[in-house]
Amino acid sequence: MQSDSPKPTTKECLLGLCASLRTIHIDPLEKKWITFSLLIIGLFVGIITLDALFHGVNPPSKVETIDSARLHLSEEFAEDKLGVSVDGAGNVIVRMVAGRYAFMPKHISVPAGTPLTFRWVSMDVLHGVHIPMTNMSTMIVPGYVAEVTTTFPTPGEYPLICNEYCGLGHNHMWSNISVVAKENWSALATVKGGSNNE
Amino acid sequence: MNDAAERKLAISHMWVAFAAFIVACLLGEYQVIERSGFFPALDSNSVYFASVSTHGVLMAFVLTTFFIMGFGYYIATTTLKQPVWNKQLAWIGFWVALTGVVLAAIPLLTGKASVLYTFYPPIVAHASFYIGATLLVVGSWVWCVIMLVMFSQWKKANPGQAVPLAMFATAANAMLWLWTSAGVALEVLFQLIPLSLGWIDTIDPGLARTLFAWTLHPIVYFWLIPAYTAYYVFVPKQAGGYLFSEEMARLAFIVLAVFALPIGFHHLYMDPEQAKGWKLLHAIGTFVVALPTLVTGFTVIASLEIAGRLRGGKGLFGWIGKLPWTNPMTLAVILSLLMLIFGGFGGIVNASYAMNAMVHNTAWVSGHFHLIFAGTTIIMYFAIAYYLWPLLVGKPLFSRTMALVQLWTWFIGMTILTTPWHVLGLLGQPRRISSVVYNNLLTLSWKPYELMMIFGGLILLGSACALIYNLVKTQLAPTTENFSEQIEFAEPLRPVTALPEHLNDLKLWNKIIAVLMAISFGYPILQFFFMETFGSNGWGY
Repeated sequence: MQSDSPKPTTKECLLGLCASLRTIHIDPLEKKWITFSLLIIGLFVGIITLDALFHGVNPPSKVETIDSARLHLSEEFAEDKLGVSVDGAGNVIVRMVAGRYAFMPKHISVPAGTPLTFRWVSMDVLHGVHIPMTNMSTMIVPGYVAEVTTTFPTPGEYPLICNEYCGLGHNHMWSNISVVAKENWSALATVKGGSNNE
Repeated sequence: MNDAAERKLAISHMWVAFAAFIVACLLGEYQVIERSGFFPALDSNSVYFASVSTHGVLMAFVLTTFFIMGFGYYIATTTLKQPVWNKQLAWIGFWVALTGVVLAAIPLLTGKASVLYTFYPPIVAHASFYIGATLLVVGSWVWCVIMLVMFSQWKKANPGQAVPLAMFATAANAMLWLWTSAGVALEVLFQLIPLSLGWIDTIDPGLARTLFAWTLHPIVYFWLIPAYTAYYVFVPKQAGGYLFSEEMARLAFIVLAVFALPIGFHHLYMDPEQAKGWKLLHAIGTFVVALPTLVTGFTVIASLEIAGRLRGGKGLFGWIGKLPWTNPMTLAVILSLLMLIFGGFGGIVNASYAMNAMVHNTAWVSGHFHLIFAGTTIIMYFAIAYYLWPLLVGKPLFSRTMALVQLWTWFIGMTILTTPWHVLGLLGQPRRISSVVYNNLLTLSWKPYELMMIFGGLILLGSACALIYNLVKTQLAPTTENFSEQIEFAEPLRPVTALPEHLNDLKLWNKIIAVLMAISFGYPILQFFFMETFGSNGWGY
């Protein structure tokens, strides 16, 4: 495709591109396959986009910064503020600090069948955390607060595992979380807004 | 044309690649054994993570980069039928890259750079590691320049003619790699090297991860393009047929190069420093880049069907049995496509935005990329080596039977290794652990899979040794007078008569990449300079 004008505009370029792509010979069978492929891709993208836009199904993406070197002096992540608490509106918030090589507090109990908002911060390097068999998963990047909201339908004892290389002791970085039936948990959460360290 | 100098250039690069490969295979087998915990005497966190870091760097950076460079030089000289432009510069690139490998290897092997090949700041390695990695990339930029200069010089000398497909793909890969490596280069030059040398006190790990994500997806296509090149330009001929459609091949390479770049945030789905809108945009792009792979699958299988029918295959599936299964290139492409189907399926799961939470950073991911990279891609590197070695050294392949056994065992070993790996991921096992010490019943279900992986790794190690043995024996064999094989490229079923200029040139695509990169990475990078961020100081490990 040779253009006569010395400096074609972007629009001319793109029109020329479309025109030249139309001249390519494509076998009818291959055309069918491309259409089929586009439909499959469209289906996947469609489901993901609709879920994201209308059902709020998104990965943890709240861009919120924090000074990881001063967590102990912060309002929110000082030692006595960590663990499970219920805020004024009745939301269950779980504040956790990740540091080599532990999650703090060491053990927490949360209610099943209740939306939980996890707020994770790192006090040193990069960490990641997931609870197997659930969709509680996030990276914990120093300098940022990682917020995940999820619900655990099934009571039980779950491991809570660091899944990002954070140093030679990385595999020792884990703790346990108890998911207890809602009615049993309310008794545990005695103080409104208080911590639930065990 | 006497291409002895080019052949020496190509084989020197490829020997560095395969030397790195065999060392990395040994480390890989050690890792599955150590990780399983069946041999308590071997347990060592520091040796394990030094090994994982070295394994990753050797496989992902050294094997690939050197192989791609050597392959590119030979493709350029054979397709364009002219000497490599500025061979002295090419050798400088080789030595710069090799120096980089040595500089990086010293801290890696002495445990001074156990930060894994993905760097993970704010953990800091010895500066020599980052400087070595930079030199390796600088050496590869020399290759990119030479490829692009030869591409444009040939086009100028042959106006209106189609650039041979293999060279077109190689030039597209050179353009892709220049764009790809820019992200990690910014991270290393402005963050990691200054931090490791103590010139700056803190870095923002969020920015570092964003820059690395820029590189992390397209680098996979940099590795994959030589395999796809072999699919298109060697396989149809070796199988005894024709390339189904050359235009679609070119289009596939273009879409790969363009859409591989602006989609890196699928590595950051679970990260807090990027917002959901940007992640969704990159997720959609990730699905778009599946298209050229689907087209490639169609074109290659159609080309194989033509070959099978020309060889007398009848019926819907009869042509499959008639394919020359004893031709290494043909066998490799069949096994490669099989692994691509399963690996691609897993990749779609990973790419599915919020669903990624179920598999993120679990063993599933290691299983996935071993299937796609060590399986689909590397098995084609083997096939290319078996095809090119006799041409490069002017002697017949030492043993074709050994080559066939090697390809089969690689496929079987990779299946035995990666299937349990995927299962372990679904059972919640994190990746990058050197032992299982979690006090939880769940971990009992992991044991049998770890045992299987040891056997998979053993088969792979044996297979890798057979490859190296075969190549060495080929090279060391006495010279034969009557060896006259020439490199053969597949011909398209329908000769390309009028090729649109955009399928023969990269300038417009380069501009489109620039626009897409500005859209998908512009704000996500600039945000770190607009919002209040808190740097992290460096940490040991």
